[in-house]
Amino acid sequence: MKVILPAVCLPFLLLAPLVYAIPTIQHWQTANGARVYFIPAPEVPIVDIRIVFDAGSARDGDKFGLAFLTNGLLSEGAGDLDADMIARRLDNIGAQLGNGSLRDMAWLELRALSEEKTLWEAMELMSLVLSEPAFPEVAFRRDMKNILVSLQADRQNPDALAEKAFMKAVYNNHPYAMPSQGMEQSIQSMTRKDVQAYYEKFYVARNATIAIVGDVSRSDAKALAELLAGRIQEGKPAARLEEVKPLQEAVTVHVEHPSSQTHIWIGQPGMKRGDDDYLALYIGNHAFGGSGLVSLLSGEVREKHGYAYSAYSYFAPMRSLGPFTMVAQTKNDNVVDALNVMNDTLRKFIAMGITPEQIMASKQNITGGFALRLDSNRKLVENLSVIGFYDLPLDYLHTFSDRVNMVTRQQVNSALLQRLNPDRMVLVLVGPKNVRSGNNKPDAHESVATGSSEAGSR
Amino acid sequence: MKTHIKISLGFLVFLILSGAVQARVYEYMLDNGMKVLVKPDHRSPVVVQQVWYKVGSSYEYGGITGISHMLEHMLFKGTEKYPAGEFSRIIAANGGRENAFTGPDYTAYFQRLEKSRLEIAMELESDRMRNATLQVDEFLKERDVVAEERRLRTDDNPQSLAYEQLRATAFVNSPYNHSVIGWMTDIQNYSIEDVRRWYEDWYAPNNATLVVAGDVEPEEVLALAKKYYGSIKSRQIAKQKPRTEVEQHGERRVNIKVPATIENIILGYKVPTMNTADNPDDIYSLEVLAWILDGGDSSRITSELLRGRQLIASGLASYDPYPRLQALFILSAIPTGGVSAEEVEAALREQVNRLHSQPVSEEELSRAKTQILTERIYRKDSVFYQAMQLGILETVGVGWQTDEVFEEKVKSVTAEQIMYVAKAYLNEERLTVALLEPRPIPDPAGQKISAIMHMQAGQ
Repeated sequence: MKVILPAVCLPFLLLAPLVYAIPTIQHWQTANGARVYFIPAPEVPIVDIRIVFDAGSARDGDKFGLAFLTNGLLSEGAGDLDADMIARRLDNIGAQLGNGSLRDMAWLELRALSEEKTLWEAMELMSLVLSEPAFPEVAFRRDMKNILVSLQADRQNPDALAEKAFMKAVYNNHPYAMPSQGMEQSIQSMTRKDVQAYYEKFYVARNATIAIVGDVSRSDAKALAELLAGRIQEGKPAARLEEVKPLQEAVTVHVEHPSSQTHIWIGQPGMKRGDDDYLALYIGNHAFGGSGLVSLLSGEVREKHGYAYSAYSYFAPMRSLGPFTMVAQTKNDNVVDALNVMNDTLRKFIAMGITPEQIMASKQNITGGFALRLDSNRKLVENLSVIGFYDLPLDYLHTFSDRVNMVTRQQVNSALLQRLNPDRMVLVLVGPKNVRSGNNKPDAHESVATGSSEAGSR
Repeated sequence: MKTHIKISLGFLVFLILSGAVQARVYEYMLDNGMKVLVKPDHRSPVVVQQVWYKVGSSYEYGGITGISHMLEHMLFKGTEKYPAGEFSRIIAANGGRENAFTGPDYTAYFQRLEKSRLEIAMELESDRMRNATLQVDEFLKERDVVAEERRLRTDDNPQSLAYEQLRATAFVNSPYNHSVIGWMTDIQNYSIEDVRRWYEDWYAPNNATLVVAGDVEPEEVLALAKKYYGSIKSRQIAKQKPRTEVEQHGERRVNIKVPATIENIILGYKVPTMNTADNPDDIYSLEVLAWILDGGDSSRITSELLRGRQLIASGLASYDPYPRLQALFILSAIPTGGVSAEEVEAALREQVNRLHSQPVSEEELSRAKTQILTERIYRKDSVFYQAMQLGILETVGVGWQTDEVFEEKVKSVTAEQIMYVAKAYLNEERLTVALLEPRPIPDPAGQKISAIMHMQAGQ
């Protein structure tokens, strides 16, 4: 028999305090007002730089998809260089220029070797792409066409269908309702002028956050940030986003799809970044559906009943109230049963609250695993971007574990009660139509198209 | 306009590679035949433990396809000492993240933890190497979960179905002809005895590799490994039969007509891997070739087919040098609006034909090499990836040391060698084409049903 740890040893280890250095964030502004966040990381000879703008699809106005299109077009031609030349110059030095655009933010990011010439060559290109994008007509037409293909591809993906229907139903007239890639009609109606105007308004220094992590000194990081932000207009920060209105009633949307499973999405507006209830809701959800196989929801839906491979929930904290979402997928015959288990589990959790054991387990997992969130340059850059973009305090990472430990059961339970209303949830089902979704009485059905754009041209 | 500094890179990358701190790998062998690999990385106070078993879907035969993956699920269902759910609960309570993955050639389990918690993970992982209870009631529920996983990942995903059909068509007798998750009829008819037999056959220290990476001292890891894994008895492991794929006598084709909205063309060419190549140099030539076709935005697929001729909305080329058996070099694309699948297929074939007849330019060659070498530096940012690389190489049988010659080998690839491997392997005698042909999907105009109290059923 092998020697094993006595069982009592495990809880003992749990209580051992973890002491390790959390990197200190250095912060300053460029001459024209872009906010810079920097962590030196000399161990690997690479540098990661990300510049984030408040230029996500929440800023689309009535031109759905404009933010996404603009962001994707930046590297398609700039200054005297066409897309081929930009790509070749970057690839010649192994530099990786990426971009992305969600509802709140849009960004450009670079990963390059920290060797001086390589790094500055790559940064010159990134700066050029950011400051002098040409938005060539040919690239504009091509990208539009490819976005339309991508929108078409979403129609064979039940998860994408569910996400779109869910956001539409949760957010109604708020900009978060629209998919960041836009809709068929809105894409087709866009012009290069729209892109140029969007770029000029939002890709400005006062609307930018720069995150730098890597093998550079503070003085080099300063110079890099000046190079990146120095050639764009100073501009001004984007206006405040409108507030999200709470749902007034429960809403059910069934999207017909010939899949063998029905995808179930349930939720409502949740919380903001920097929300007073952020940690209470984060901890509550961690226990409920945010901790993988050990979460309450997964335990009920997957472990106890075998209904689904994946059952989870999350609060997505955003500039305005991001969604609370609970998701599972199950074979069509099981929909009613799985749905009941999901709803019952949520209702009971909100009504009964988090138990002492659950809050203890969640706190242990969150604080005990905190180092895992900071264990690569890539993760550090992501953290810096979020801290900067949402204006979180500079000691956010340092105080995180202590603040988690101070949250009480009462705080979690009252936050859940105040913020989640099981009587006013959106329910989205994606799957064959003939599957009944529960107890819905026929006379309560009121058929309304989800919006012409969802059912639009192909 | 700004001037851009011109620099020559080949030398530069070499300089950085040799100058960078190259953490070494520590290799040990326990008395019971379990190999232990340790890669220290002291950047953050974290550790990853991975245990790799030499078993996966390519060890399976007809009727029980996917059983390796099913067994992987069952290893979370408890041992005598730690009943179902305890493993995950203890790891979570210690701040850890854990999971497992199954591939054609391996089954691996991992935990990521703050470094002081390594011992806990080892105690738990070593316990389930031999002591899983594999109870029938847990098994029946988990079999349903696996069936749901197949529906989610494959049956309701047209592209994934197309790849599964491509492999089933390309490989006649090679076990790569079925997917890792297995056929639905096999999943639904596993018995608990199938699972138990698979566990008995393959889960033993002498069929496993322990990989630990992160903020650890190699000797301390070895001491813990001896303590927890060292006393597990080695077992006789059956020798795998070669199951070498029969020769292909001409191009094959399969059409996948399912409800879908976009076409997809996939070309799969049978190519050698590190394990099967007569000449190992071919592997590195194929690797560089893949990057020339699809490495970065300057690669041929993106610059010529997506931007230049505007035929595709997206495309890819992929080659994996590490499978145990002969594998597929993949070229795949989605046509853009107004372009037919035939045109795109012709363009992909044209790309391959050009590689047969024209040497790639020195500029492209040097660019691809630079990208491969810089990418390898970037990957040092991930402790998990470093551990994973060691685990794969060791488990497929080429040995982790293979990686140490990788850079030199890549640097020595010539344009002639690339032309040679293109002609030798990317030819119609080795080609299978899969075409995803969409069948209509009903218009997804949803119905909105207001004011439903949908929570009442079952209460």
